[in-house]
Amino acid sequence: MMRYLTSLLLLLAMFGCSRQEAAAPATGQDDKPAYGDTLIEASIGEPSTLLPVLASDSASSDINGLVYDGLLRYDKNLRLEGVMAESWEISPDNLTITFHLRKGVKWHDGAPFTSADVLFTYQMYIDPKVPTSYAEDFKQVAKAEAPDPHTFRVTYHQPYAPALESWGTAIHPKHLLEGQDVAKSPLGRAPIGTGPYRFAEWKTGEKLVLEANPDYYDGKPYIRRVVYRIIPDTSTQFLELQSGGLDFMGLTPIQFSTQTDTPAFRRGFNKYRYLNFGYSYLGYNLRKPLFQDVRVRRAIAHAIDKQELIDGVLLGLGRPATGPYKPDTWVYNPNVKTYPFDPAAAGKLLEEAGWRDGDGDGVREKGGQKLAFTIVTNQGNDLRAKSAEIIQRRLKEVGFEVQIRIVEWATFLKEFIFPGNFDVTILGWTGGPEPDQYNIWHSSKTGPRELNFIHYKNTEVDDLLERGRRTFDQAERKKIYDRFQEILAEEQPYTFLYIAEALPSVARRFHGIEPAPAGITHNFIKWYVPEGEQKYAK
Amino acid sequence: MLSYLTKRLLMMIPLLIGITLISFVVIHLAPGEPTDLQTDLNPKASAEMRERLRERYGLDQPLPVQYGQWLGRLARLDFGESFAQDHRPVFDKIVERLPVTIMINVLSIVTILAVAVPLGILSAVRRNSPFDRVTTVLVFAGFAMPSFWLALLLMDYLGVRLGVFPIAGLKSIGYEYLGFFGQIWDVIHHLILPVFVSAFGGLAGFSRYMRSNMLEVIRQDYILTARAKGLPESQVIFRHALRNALLPVITILGLSVPGLIGGSVIFETIFAIPGMGKLFYDGVMMRDYPLIMGILVIGAVLTLIGNLLADLGYAMADPRIRRSG
Repeated sequence: MMRYLTSLLLLLAMFGCSRQEAAAPATGQDDKPAYGDTLIEASIGEPSTLLPVLASDSASSDINGLVYDGLLRYDKNLRLEGVMAESWEISPDNLTITFHLRKGVKWHDGAPFTSADVLFTYQMYIDPKVPTSYAEDFKQVAKAEAPDPHTFRVTYHQPYAPALESWGTAIHPKHLLEGQDVAKSPLGRAPIGTGPYRFAEWKTGEKLVLEANPDYYDGKPYIRRVVYRIIPDTSTQFLELQSGGLDFMGLTPIQFSTQTDTPAFRRGFNKYRYLNFGYSYLGYNLRKPLFQDVRVRRAIAHAIDKQELIDGVLLGLGRPATGPYKPDTWVYNPNVKTYPFDPAAAGKLLEEAGWRDGDGDGVREKGGQKLAFTIVTNQGNDLRAKSAEIIQRRLKEVGFEVQIRIVEWATFLKEFIFPGNFDVTILGWTGGPEPDQYNIWHSSKTGPRELNFIHYKNTEVDDLLERGRRTFDQAERKKIYDRFQEILAEEQPYTFLYIAEALPSVARRFHGIEPAPAGITHNFIKWYVPEGEQKYAK
Repeated sequence: MLSYLTKRLLMMIPLLIGITLISFVVIHLAPGEPTDLQTDLNPKASAEMRERLRERYGLDQPLPVQYGQWLGRLARLDFGESFAQDHRPVFDKIVERLPVTIMINVLSIVTILAVAVPLGILSAVRRNSPFDRVTTVLVFAGFAMPSFWLALLLMDYLGVRLGVFPIAGLKSIGYEYLGFFGQIWDVIHHLILPVFVSAFGGLAGFSRYMRSNMLEVIRQDYILTARAKGLPESQVIFRHALRNALLPVITILGLSVPGLIGGSVIFETIFAIPGMGKLFYDGVMMRDYPLIMGILVIGAVLTLIGNLLADLGYAMADPRIRRSG
């Protein structure tokens, strides 16, 4: 339910470190890359607009990711690599980044791609008249210039480490958008980018078709056509997948572990699994006196069996979370304080804090007050509702009385989260390889509708977050964020619950899939179907 | 008759304004705004950006002003621009989804009529026979069964296991390469399951209705007269009884006019049919006020027209009503 991050990141967020579930596809004699065939995917909703500056839904972002390119992107090992930028350098004072753009790149309509397009894109993102939700990163820029057609230079007010990632934002064509009302541009329905696939057609409510861009700088993609069928129901998608109407789909845990465990499915599909970026957490409202006592928060952490949650909710297809980063990234700190499942320890902490069950009704009390609170979460996320129930039961065992409330999303935010009208919530954050967490944890971000809605305030964390986003050197940053993770683990403002796995399955005729830390679609343009196995001739 | 018609038409205007006013207030009472979807819990969105969006959508104005502006546009038949990120005219979004919705609803009503009318007559004529009991059980099973469940079962069995029907959507991939008749067959093939599922649930109401009408008519004196004259039973039923029993169908048809443009969210979602139900549901979830209001207005107008047509049709078909009116 998190709506977060730029299109690039949304795409990336789907793919983390990966592991192939099925045996590798048999390599026959005809296992040679060949051009042709169609890959059919399902899209859960109608894409809203194919202009990345306006789009904030995942359906649009998936498509935009193939049609547009940014200057940079994360490679299969989650390191930044050049796309429309051939190379870049950062000035010694960390204030200026100079991008050297790729030469000879053309927009899908044939116009040349130059630094003017990059400058225009930047100006469009900060233009107050453009209704974009992604302006923040670009507002840090002090000066942007295009000294020649193949050089683009940005200078920041202060060193800003997330800057590089922000230049993974799709570059928009200046010659088609300049001087127009971007929100009304026909490009929203028929985009022109520089990416590996060109827009072909969009039949509202039915499908959207992309075709391989023969002039792509990194070579023409093998798969000739990508079709997104709009199928709003995941059960229907799954039936379509089984009947061959889809070639690619992200599975749910139950589909992955039992419903696809048939010989017919294994013959037709490969399954993959890898950790998502993003985690679920139990967040405590730190303005409530009950949760201002760290012993109570630690007691709750001890009372929850994370593995049980993962087994029960994700059918084992996930990992316990100990902090905001996932275990296979450079920034992850494995040496933080953990809270093993231990009801006795939880009980002891509560005793220390003065919570005792005096009247023997199974609920602890202190000063005439019962140890009771309500977990509130949003409707429509089954995983969260189930997690809440399991947690409710475990906490009952150590003497809490827990109620659960499940509320429709907009009401949930408006009436509960933003006004601080909640005790505990179960929510999730989606992230990416960039470790900056300023907006979620900094004490300045506790204002109305800001993301630190639990009101976490820690001066050392504030300082670490400020330094973290000003430091470019990875080893230095690692030290900063290691300490940050230690403090969070120590203080438990959230109890981090689990990280779910992405569970894509792909029709077996597609070869060339290379599972990597970034997932499986990082080399999508190198996927192919050998000549003899191609399914769609036209 | 003409003055009656004018009166009815004029009365529709305040009624319509009342409907829009209530709808407008109610949808604005729901917490959340269209801008929230883009800005809430989004670290890249600033407060300033939120204000900018609200201004663009006119949400910074007081509610009465917003309603006035909306009504003014409506008077010029302008439904406004959708708040969704595609910013397309509401009218276009509705029009592109209407044909499919109307087609499926018409097909399903025709199917229901074609099956339910004979079923109802037979059940009435052979009241309490095994046939009557079996159909009662069947149609109520159809009525009680959640349509999404039936749809999924049929898709799994007929689509995945037997592979005789396509699962979702209205056209195959590669539809463009089919011949003319191939294309027609392709669409029909895709429509069979959805129409069957949507009609199945509607059988119960209609066939029961038909049955009770028929039973009532059969008890009338003129049927007794017809039988006493020695007419064959088939003539008694089809000539004398059926005609009268069918009269209330007019009312039902009139009431189903607004239903023609309303779709079912669940049903359209399961079959991946781009219809009005899904459009409206998504509009509500996104708090896309112009779109919601557009659909409500069209629905309200059609309901009012449908009622009017039903009344008129009834008056034409039934001399008793015509004379008293």
